[in-house]
Amino acid sequence: MADDNDQRRDRGLHSPLRRKLLMGLAGAPVLALMPRGALAAAPTSAVNTSGLAVTDSEVTVGILHSVSGTMAISETGAQQAEKLAIEQINAAGGVLGRKIKIIQEDGASDWPTFAEKAKKLLVNDHCAAVFGCWTSASRKAVLPVFEQYNGMLYYPTFYEGLEQSKNVIYTGQEATQQILAGLDWVHKEKGGDTFFFAGSDYIWPRTSNKIARKHVENVLKGKVVGEEYFPLGHTQFNSVINKIKLTKPKVIFTDVVGGSNVAFYKQLKAAGIDLSKQVLMTISVTEDEIDGIGGENIAGAYACMKYFQSIDNENNKGFVTAFKKMWGEKTVIGDVTQAAYLGPFLWKLTVEKAGSFDVDKIAAASSDIEFKGAPEGYVRIDPNHHLWSKTRVGRAKTDGQFEIVYTSPELIKPDPFPKGYQ
Amino acid sequence: MFGDYSLGDLGAIFAMQGFAGLILFSVYVLMALGLAIIFGQMGVINMAHGEFMILGAYMTYLCSSFFQAHLPSLFPAYFFLAMLIAFLTSGALGMLVEWGLIRFLYKRPLDTLLATWGLSLILQQAFRSIFGAREVGVELPSWLIGSVQVTDSIEVPINGLFVMAVTTLITVGVALLIYRSRFGQQVRAVMQNRAMAGAVGIDTEKVDRYTFGLGCGIAGVAGSAFTMIGSTGPTSGQLYIVDTFLIVVFGGAASLLGTIASAFSISQTQSTLEFFLSGSMAKVLTLLAVVGILMLRPQGLFTLKVRR
Repeated sequence: MADDNDQRRDRGLHSPLRRKLLMGLAGAPVLALMPRGALAAAPTSAVNTSGLAVTDSEVTVGILHSVSGTMAISETGAQQAEKLAIEQINAAGGVLGRKIKIIQEDGASDWPTFAEKAKKLLVNDHCAAVFGCWTSASRKAVLPVFEQYNGMLYYPTFYEGLEQSKNVIYTGQEATQQILAGLDWVHKEKGGDTFFFAGSDYIWPRTSNKIARKHVENVLKGKVVGEEYFPLGHTQFNSVINKIKLTKPKVIFTDVVGGSNVAFYKQLKAAGIDLSKQVLMTISVTEDEIDGIGGENIAGAYACMKYFQSIDNENNKGFVTAFKKMWGEKTVIGDVTQAAYLGPFLWKLTVEKAGSFDVDKIAAASSDIEFKGAPEGYVRIDPNHHLWSKTRVGRAKTDGQFEIVYTSPELIKPDPFPKGYQ
Repeated sequence: MFGDYSLGDLGAIFAMQGFAGLILFSVYVLMALGLAIIFGQMGVINMAHGEFMILGAYMTYLCSSFFQAHLPSLFPAYFFLAMLIAFLTSGALGMLVEWGLIRFLYKRPLDTLLATWGLSLILQQAFRSIFGAREVGVELPSWLIGSVQVTDSIEVPINGLFVMAVTTLITVGVALLIYRSRFGQQVRAVMQNRAMAGAVGIDTEKVDRYTFGLGCGIAGVAGSAFTMIGSTGPTSGQLYIVDTFLIVVFGGAASLLGTIASAFSISQTQSTLEFFLSGSMAKVLTLLAVVGILMLRPQGLFTLKVRR
């Protein structure tokens, strides 16, 4: 029987000595020898030595996404997936016998707000883990907060890499994982030797294109015939489209984001560039974006992702069905949504492996955590806190879904600091 | 960059580039016309202008969904009805806003900035609650998609032509209304001297309401037309607001001709620079030029001669 050590009293009696004592207790080998069933009923004092919001029956986690402001468009799917995952975990008995309780905060598409809310979730609410952020800017804003107050963040978006933290698990792809296999494929299958890069003007497209350029020039021995950036929110692409017509690249490689995306594909189509003949590869369009672009405007383009809603396996069928049941028949699931869905499960598996909710122990126990139930297939956490996962190339269809034309044969190693690409 | 091309190719590219500039020009004029009336004529700094545009875009989206579901045979023509509905809805909302908010602020023009900015946030959140946070895709009738093949290598996008036609029609309409009709005369009278206009028997409140409604209605039509080239989401209006103000201010706030001249010069600079430099640099240089010219000529390109 667990003692009546509820979390409030636990924190009230906080003292360094007590903490040390409890840490010693938790680490006692007896605990490691216990069978799983016994672990599930482990007393709160043993699984929570650092004052997190864990009681005998509940553990509190945070969800931190923008539900208002510009980014709400993108972040809606992510927070829906996280809630679904948490509901499923609770239905299966929770984590270490405790139900997960969610505190949701709105980052409001504003980076200082993200930092403030992250602090609130860690300092006031003592969340055991936080699932959230979408843009790199928001992640960079909360990173010092998570490091200072020792929190755990599960970050779902594919991003530019060049970062690694004890306090973050990156469930999306870093740039080399997302791009290289796709470039190899387009080079081999489509004879892509000349490339035109078009992207929005901020860190992710610039870093991604830098990596892509090195790969095209040094590995594929191809040529980049143009590289263009547009301010965020740019809506007029006729000039660049003319430039594309002038340079006649084999492959248009794009990482335009947000509302610009919609304008770009609509104007490309209107200008008579036929994507069934012109090869276009994008790393910024998922099923979510196609909703706004319109399937008929982008049909024929190739996207390079790790997940597509159309992946044919049992995990994914179950995931898609459950997601639509919870959030409506019309919703679509993009790459980041799936990556966000992984977060709570990876955290649960790590907590169970560590036998504790303590952030230090979770950070240490994260490497080599495997999740076999992932909709994208098997994933594993690398010691560098990124995921091993496959790269896929999908071709957009008019109904807004992708037909998968290529899946990398092996899991690809995450390499956030790629040598020779910087 | 031009070494490997024949003269014919280059000619074609320059023709298409010139056309790209003209399309951008029409888009800018269409964006700025509504604001030129509201800000230029009435002096109201309407930060919610973009949201009135997006309201028009959402009306187009609703129309397109409705026609697809219930009247598929009339789908090719729905766009005209959609533009009309966009005009009426945005116009009606504009009149409501004028009645509920703006009319108390005519004597404090700077406060309209804050009030309409708040309004824009409210509208954005309303769109998000009603239509969802995600962007919606507006399905276009097939005759609006694609391009016209002028010669072998010159292609002109149809939606660009359509925007140009709409812009021309609305500009001529507005010019006639403001400078040739009785209503326009009253509008100009009220804007120049409210007290005196009232004294000669003009119902100034009514003129204000209709003028504001007209400006918002034109924004709605612009939004409806932009579903062909841009995105429709709760915050898409923000994409247009900066450019819109830039054009109106640069043109000299009170002059319709100034708006057109300013849209022309900004769009040509932008699209030419964009072709030779990158998109970001083009924007930087355009803005620098505008700032430079406004420092020399703070009143904008054109001004009205009015006794104040």
